[in-house]
Amino acid sequence: MQYQSQAVAKPYFIAAIGLFVGQILFGLIMGLQYVMGDFLFPAIPFNVARMVHTNLLIVWLLFGFMGAAYYIIPEETESELFSPKLALLMFWIFLVAGALTVVGYLLVPYAALAKMTFNDLWPTMGREFLEQPLPTKLGIVVVALAFLFNITMTILKGRKTSISLVLLMGLWGLAVFFLFSFYNPSNLVLDKYFWWWTVHLWVEGVWELILGALLAFVLIKVTGVDREIIEKWLYMIIAMTLITGIVGMGHHYFWIGTPEYWQWFGSVFSALEPIPFFMMTVFAFNMVNRRRREHPNKAATLWALGTGVMSFLGAGVWGFLHTLAPVNFYTHGTQITAAHGHMAFYGAYVMVVLTIISYAMPVMRGRAANSNKSQVLEMWSFWLMTVSIVFITLFLTAAGILQVWLQRVSTTPLGFMAAQDQITLFYWMREFTGLVFLTGLVLYIISFFVGGESKEAA
Amino acid sequence: MSQAFTKSMARNIFFGGSTFFFLLLVALTFDTMQVLPKRDHRENITPAVAHGKMVWEKNNCIGCHTLLGEGAYYAPELGNVYKRRGGEFVKAWIQSRPAEGTPGARRQMPQFNLTPEELDDMVAFLKWTGEINTSNWPPNIEG
Repeated sequence: MQYQSQAVAKPYFIAAIGLFVGQILFGLIMGLQYVMGDFLFPAIPFNVARMVHTNLLIVWLLFGFMGAAYYIIPEETESELFSPKLALLMFWIFLVAGALTVVGYLLVPYAALAKMTFNDLWPTMGREFLEQPLPTKLGIVVVALAFLFNITMTILKGRKTSISLVLLMGLWGLAVFFLFSFYNPSNLVLDKYFWWWTVHLWVEGVWELILGALLAFVLIKVTGVDREIIEKWLYMIIAMTLITGIVGMGHHYFWIGTPEYWQWFGSVFSALEPIPFFMMTVFAFNMVNRRRREHPNKAATLWALGTGVMSFLGAGVWGFLHTLAPVNFYTHGTQITAAHGHMAFYGAYVMVVLTIISYAMPVMRGRAANSNKSQVLEMWSFWLMTVSIVFITLFLTAAGILQVWLQRVSTTPLGFMAAQDQITLFYWMREFTGLVFLTGLVLYIISFFVGGESKEAA
Repeated sequence: MSQAFTKSMARNIFFGGSTFFFLLLVALTFDTMQVLPKRDHRENITPAVAHGKMVWEKNNCIGCHTLLGEGAYYAPELGNVYKRRGGEFVKAWIQSRPAEGTPGARRQMPQFNLTPEELDDMVAFLKWTGEINTSNWPPNIEG
């Protein structure tokens, strides 16, 4: 580790992995509730489990992004963090606030939680992914601002690289677009319209800047390819991301009351959204092929390549599958959406966070790479989790196609629940595959504790 | 990429392209805001409809159901439930959910203990939602 203050990334990464486990456990609960409706009812109804599942995902990815920034920025700027103490303080605040929120979800009926947390004063709760009580939302803003202050001050006093600039823009964008979560008019159409300014402009906008910067950083480290080349790719990728993705938001404005021209803007621009992801794949493979050094951390390289491929498949291909308005007319709000969501989040954001963790954790533990034994185990976990998510996506896609056919296309359409009863088999297969995913995750965690001879840090 | 294409050119494409398309989004949003009143019939958002939306949110209905296709995919679409089932059915359904659930494979809906006023307002909200011009989505009444 070149700079002492990079060490603050460590608790962030550990918390991220811990919350990841929680996310998967709640995913398994929900998966079982799809086929065994009374499982854990009424203790944990489906809507509570889902809220915990999605919110934990968001929070652990944010922990991952923040940890990544604290690790990367000192190295990029060639200077210590502005304030490591502030970073640690924010870590604890974010962790405690996140834990209290999840405990609140699980122990108190949601309506009571809303009342306890002054939702009546400023209603923001009860909207998908933005279910957090008002104090939690305000806490997120405070933590984000303190974090951005810390990172921005560090960059201002040090070397300014393109990677740190792109990362900084992504992180500021994340904070700015979160502010739309405080806008909740009683007009549902307006509510939905601007809800997407947080949700879409995060995951199909500024988060991709963060993704690109993290990937570029790791690729420089593991391949030794010239920074100029990598940063040129980075700019081209994020240029295409925003050129296609900003107006691509129109694919969410097909059927929520918004004018019909959005069907054209949404279809055309979002049909181009796979391009930056394809570039990301080409980029990762190209850089690894042109590598100028053999970095001992093979696992990190594997994660980086996997991010390129899986983000293209999940976000690019599975997104394109249902993004054209005439297709989306039939697939909107079905298991097809769920299929895309799972592979896109895993392929893009989960994998890039695991990439940086895979690269940075050994360094923070005083070695260039883990022992061969540990890396082999980590690579097993890579394949188990990645293959599982592919099959989960395939099973949900099959379920979705059948659902669309039975409920929306057939000349004798079935009702929602009758259609669901017909596709139970695929939900069982999804749940089983979820258990394989969990096995992969357990192996991943074990890989941190496997000893053996490791390469010392240079 | 060739040497003639430099990093600063790539950076300019990034800044120029994203600024242009963000401004396009703002312009389209401005136009959408002008057109929306004719499509969302906001003149019909009574205090009951507004309160119904709060009841919807406070009970995290979106955690199982979709509303205009957005939400969770565990339970039926409710954007057109007023047309599909009618207001009385909706109220009776919400009221009659057993608190301890019903054993078996069927998906369970919690008992939310809504007051008669909350039930009426929820129905008002769902009725108004059903009247939004959604370009003929969903494809049929089953949602």
